[in-house]
Amino acid sequence: MLRFLIRRTVSAALILLVVSAVTYLLFFALPSDPALLACGKQCTPQLLATIRHNMGIDAPVPVQYWHFLVGVFSGRSFGAASCPAPCLGYSFVNGQPVLQTLLNRFPATASVALGAAVLVLTLGVGAGMIAALRRGKAADKVAMGLALIGASMQIYFFGIVVRYIFVDQLAWLPLPGYTSPGASLSGWAGGMLLPWITLAVVNVATYARFTRSSMLESLSEEYVRAVRAKGLGPWGVYVKHAWRGAMTPVVTMFGIDLGLFLGGALITETTFNIPGIGKLAVDSVADSDLPMMMGTVLAASTAMVLVNIAVDACYAVIDPRVRAL
Amino acid sequence: MTAAVNPANPAIVTSVSTEPFLQVRDLSVRFSTEDGPVQAVDGLSFSLERGRTLGIVGESGSGKSVTSLAVLGLHDRARTRVGGSIRLDGAELVGADEARLRGLRGSRMAMVFQDALTALSPYYSVGDQIAETYRRHTGCGRRAAGERAAQMLALVGIPSPRRRARDYPHQFSGGMRQRVMIAMALCCDPDLLIADEPTTALDVTVQAQILELLAEVQQEFRTAIVLITHDLGVIAGIADDVLVMYAGRSVEHGSVGQVLSAPRHPYTMGLLASVPRLDGAVDVPLRPVPGSPPSLLAVPGGCAFHPRCQARDLLPDDPCGSRRPALLGGDGGDGGDGHARGEADDGREAADGHAVACHLGAAERVAFARRTVEAKPNDTTRTEGTSR
Ligand SMILES: Nc1ncnc2c1ncn2[C@@H]1O[C@H](COP(=O)(O)OP(=O)(O)O)[C@@H](O)[C@H]1O
Ligand code: SF4
Ligand SMILES: [Mg+2]
Repeated sequence: MLRFLIRRTVSAALILLVVSAVTYLLFFALPSDPALLACGKQCTPQLLATIRHNMGIDAPVPVQYWHFLVGVFSGRSFGAASCPAPCLGYSFVNGQPVLQTLLNRFPATASVALGAAVLVLTLGVGAGMIAALRRGKAADKVAMGLALIGASMQIYFFGIVVRYIFVDQLAWLPLPGYTSPGASLSGWAGGMLLPWITLAVVNVATYARFTRSSMLESLSEEYVRAVRAKGLGPWGVYVKHAWRGAMTPVVTMFGIDLGLFLGGALITETTFNIPGIGKLAVDSVADSDLPMMMGTVLAASTAMVLVNIAVDACYAVIDPRVRAL
Repeated sequence: MTAAVNPANPAIVTSVSTEPFLQVRDLSVRFSTEDGPVQAVDGLSFSLERGRTLGIVGESGSGKSVTSLAVLGLHDRARTRVGGSIRLDGAELVGADEARLRGLRGSRMAMVFQDALTALSPYYSVGDQIAETYRRHTGCGRRAAGERAAQMLALVGIPSPRRRARDYPHQFSGGMRQRVMIAMALCCDPDLLIADEPTTALDVTVQAQILELLAEVQQEFRTAIVLITHDLGVIAGIADDVLVMYAGRSVEHGSVGQVLSAPRHPYTMGLLASVPRLDGAVDVPLRPVPGSPPSLLAVPGGCAFHPRCQARDLLPDDPCGSRRPALLGGDGGDGGDGHARGEADDGREAADGHAVACHLGAAERVAFARRTVEAKPNDTTRTEGTSR
């Protein structure tokens, strides 16, 4: 397990290095000049040069990237503004180190993504299980029908419709928004309800259908029959053994899908105006805030890499045959 | 160590009932499938005493596994009709409620499956899987069940059982895995053990070891064993009685001596001819019965074996395609379409417990057997010529 973690951490670091280099080169080689924007109306060539220098964009791009890397480990300063290590750049638009903004925005994104993931897994796996156990019966057909409808929804469209009906018209759901769970737990959950439902409805179908087929396959395994031959009851047969086998591919798919999920969370944030990293990314594009754009890309890639390590570690727990590798 | 857990008490067993320990009467199993009803087992009868072994032989698809699952009551009730009677120690199992069957499965009757790799869950250690069965039926604690698991692994000859109990099925060799399967089946001291092709997935030397283990276990616990196989060679060493199945029916039934040394059904003769002989050349290829077993969706009328039978021409009027021969000569018997032709002048066979379902009379049978034996040396020389 230790060797696994070391190997994965090293490869994660390499991936992030490549991602940062590529995004850096892509963004900072763009023709737009953030210094010019920052310079404002009464710009003089002198002022522009100072701003350029302060922004750290007066050197050739590879050198800039090198400064960026050094900053990650030892911090750096941009004119009067200081950016302590680990420094991912400084946003002149926000007047804050990029990392600081990302950290401020992170809880909102994590709330949307994790809450929806929990909802999707419980609803999807639950519905899939019921459908598999009641195969061909009414419950199966209802669950799969709902799944089909959910699967054909788009986050953006569905989110707006649900908001219009349930928030604006019926007022059954509170306004979407982000409150820190530390400040008010009910406020937090209330504000998250709509984003969670939206993101979950769109994804739950896939999980319901996949769980159903995985469970049906698992139920036809010889070992499930053998468990029945041992005299175990429904709990032992369906939950302890069949479900355990059925969940392995579901967890695998969840791992693969987490990227989509994060993407979905970002779209959901912008749809509902939740101040998370997705909203930050969109805003930073609108503001031509290059360091912030790059920061959001790095944050997303880091999240992906970490999540993949976690999922791989999960396999080892969930499937003993993987442990031996 | 093992004597303490042995529940078999001969004194009680012999005094309780005169009925056989396991008695299957006229068992039929019918599935409804999308292609129509499938009669996988039809009119099967046999009985088995404690400490004895019944071998059930037949090609793949003849209904052997369906029979064993019926005994354990494992068929899906919604899709399967099980008829006839299965009595275990005097208690009827056909139609018994699920909770009662559940209590018997794994404790009084247990099953060893063909392929331990698929029949053991990959997700739990073998110790856990054995302990789980033991706890289910004894209600004892985790610790005691763990002890029991290690004890059972030791019983079936797995080295360092305590350590191995924590391993997962994929960490065992095929033979060791089958031993684990047997340990699991035996952990609650069942009186009846059904082993469904327990050695088919194993290589020959390991096969012999597993069969020997089953024999030892039987000696020690007086277990009644139903040994299912498609290999008559496996039967020879271990079974007391043999039942030969074809297309869901019993076609020959008798003691090992009767069936293996004086087979009466052309199908059994064919199977015997395909068994590699221990005294013969090792690389003489098997001579399987020509043709393949019928689809159960369209079982041939008359004798189900008739399209493959090479003895038909010995009978005048070809009754085989139209009239089903009754299983005659055993103690049970089942009705075919009228009597076997040879039955009237063959009264001797009716009493010896060696039952056969075939229209051939004694004389034709001898003629056919001679023809088979005479065919053999030719084949052997020919194959020896090609294999050297
Ligand atoms: N659940 C089922 N539904 C329909 N047909 C079945 C089912 N189980 C077994 N069969 C059919 O019954 C026949 C006998 O199968 P089986 O008892 O497994 O043969 P074997 O003698 O090789 O163990 C086969 O033709 C098989 O297709
Ligand atoms: S009844 Fe006829 S076809 Fe069937 S085994 Fe006997 S001889 Fe062959
Ligand atoms: Mg079988």
